[in-house]
Amino acid sequence: MAERLLEVTDLSTHFFTYAGEVKAVDGVSFTLDRDETLGIVGESGSGKTVTAMSVMRLIPDPPGRIVGGTIVHKGRDLLAVSKEEMSDIRGNDVAMIFQDPMTSLNPVFKIGDQIAEVIRRHQGKSKRESWKMAVDLLAKVGIPDPEERVNQYPFEYSGGMRQRAMIAMAISCNPDILIADEPTTALDVTIQAQIMDVIREMQAQYHSGVIMITHDLGVVAQMADKVMVMYGGRTLEDGPVDEVYYNAHHPYTWGLLGSLPRLDETEKQRLTPIEGQPPNLLLLPAGCPFSGRCLYEMPVCAGEFPALEMVEPGHGVHCWIPVAEREKIRAGLPQFVHRVPS
Amino acid sequence: MSAILEVGDLKKHFPIRSGVLKRTTGHVYAVDGVSFAIQEGETLGLVGESGCGKSTTGRVLLRLLPATGGSVLFDGLDVMAAPRAALQRLRRDMQIVFQDPYACLNPRRTVKNIIAEPLRIHDIGTEAERKRRVFELLETVGLTVEHAERYPHEFSGGQRQRIGVARALALNPRLIICDEPVSALDVSIQAQMINLLEDLQKELKLTYLFIAHDLSVVKHISDRVAVMYLGKIVEIADSKLLYVKPQHPYTEALLSAVPIPDPRTERKRRRVILEGDVPSPANPPSGCVFHPRCPRMQPDPCTIAMPPLEVVGTAGADQKVACYFPTLYDPAGGSPASA
Repeated sequence: MAERLLEVTDLSTHFFTYAGEVKAVDGVSFTLDRDETLGIVGESGSGKTVTAMSVMRLIPDPPGRIVGGTIVHKGRDLLAVSKEEMSDIRGNDVAMIFQDPMTSLNPVFKIGDQIAEVIRRHQGKSKRESWKMAVDLLAKVGIPDPEERVNQYPFEYSGGMRQRAMIAMAISCNPDILIADEPTTALDVTIQAQIMDVIREMQAQYHSGVIMITHDLGVVAQMADKVMVMYGGRTLEDGPVDEVYYNAHHPYTWGLLGSLPRLDETEKQRLTPIEGQPPNLLLLPAGCPFSGRCLYEMPVCAGEFPALEMVEPGHGVHCWIPVAEREKIRAGLPQFVHRVPS
Repeated sequence: MSAILEVGDLKKHFPIRSGVLKRTTGHVYAVDGVSFAIQEGETLGLVGESGCGKSTTGRVLLRLLPATGGSVLFDGLDVMAAPRAALQRLRRDMQIVFQDPYACLNPRRTVKNIIAEPLRIHDIGTEAERKRRVFELLETVGLTVEHAERYPHEFSGGQRQRIGVARALALNPRLIICDEPVSALDVSIQAQMINLLEDLQKELKLTYLFIAHDLSVVKHISDRVAVMYLGKIVEIADSKLLYVKPQHPYTEALLSAVPIPDPRTERKRRRVILEGDVPSPANPPSGCVFHPRCPRMQPDPCTIAMPPLEVVGTAGADQKVACYFPTLYDPAGGSPASA
């Protein structure tokens, strides 16, 4: 058995705003093992970033607060440790790569200073040593002429190089867990391919667990071992990638897969979008957040959120539709949704 | 079928001014010699990474930006030389849908006013007729009459984009330039929008120039696709052909970089990972614009002159490529004969 790095149970993070309480994350549970990649997929407002920020304990309070649940890292509940301890954990044990590398790097400090600062803070190395390590790290993530580049400022880097520098910073203290929040959304596809490559290489080298947060089901298919599908702050379905892609059980997952134009489609198929508009997070129903847009909605759906049902080992779904009924519906869906692997 | 739009050697160079006197010290070669034709009723996709000049191309076509050189013929009429009145008449037939559904609608005007504005500018109909037309358009794009008196902030991104489409349709255009119309939208909403555009095309016999960076979307919606890199078209082909038999090394790299939402397919794929970044269009490389990143680069001829965009080898007339060393395919089978 692989080493369990993270166990999140029933996490709830709410924001208390003037307009009302926003349940950004509501009862989310997942685990992450060493060498494993978990993809968290969802559309804007689904709570995927807030989930990651909660694990890092970076939720701005006020207005946000983690109102329930546990986040256990190697036997220690991260929600119970002091702020000072958490600062040590961040960087050393859990590190994060953000979406926008321009706003997450400080524009007035050299790249080298920013990486070296992390190393000095967490490993107590000297200035000279940490600077040398920064150069090595830049070389490792594929920055050309690292001795030169380490002296430059973020504006002198291209988008892809900034994201490489962010990765260098994140891995500088050899963390167990690397959280990548839409690391390539701001980048072009050819640069995205480079960055995904770097993340995979770093994971193989450091044996970290990676949480890949994205809206792109292609990225998840490419990178992840297992996937969690979020909507309106809730997990609707999770499991090994093959299970979730080829044996999807939630109508929202079907909707996502049916919405995607695919590069490898040979005959042009009409997309099957999810009708309706994204949910208003202030007015979510007490039950399933997807009720209202779901084609198969029943009276019970909006009132109560369905309990976790395991359809296969490791593959869980929250849906009121009986399992036999779901399989029947799925069999009638277009090619890419119900296709069973050969 | 006849060409509705013919673009020949289109150029747009933006001057870089610096110093106190704001003297021109260089140029950004945003669009640098682009030629293509769009047939009536078809969708031509224009795909490329940021800074390749695809949006600038769209704007220059409509003369929202003056061109530096080249010609644009709409239905045989010269768009670049058209005097003011003729240009206004031309724009009835050529409309645009913008990328950012938040920035392209005036926040102080009601949806009704926004959609009726093109009608007002072109002085079409009476107030009552325009109102009827707005209601009709709202329904065409999947909104309702009740939405007419609301303001843009009351709508989600997908709904705003529908308002943008309704505005573009107001004058019954024949050609719509869609500039990244779905890239700001979530996947589920994006699919609604793509279906809407496809339905409208069928219903109203529209021609689209579909500009986007997402190759899966472009391939899905387009009949033909032009791939741009650093201000030039490097390959243009039937969209299915482009995916099955790409000839330009950049097209191949681009296709292989797009992740496919299918874990088993992903595990089997071979990826061509390009090194480095796109060079600055202010200082483009000599010769072929792609040569600094190209795996097939030979100093002679690649660094000396840009190869012309032409039919190569046994490829049909549907596929043109600008490369000295394109992938050639065996006409019988699908496998590359030489690379």
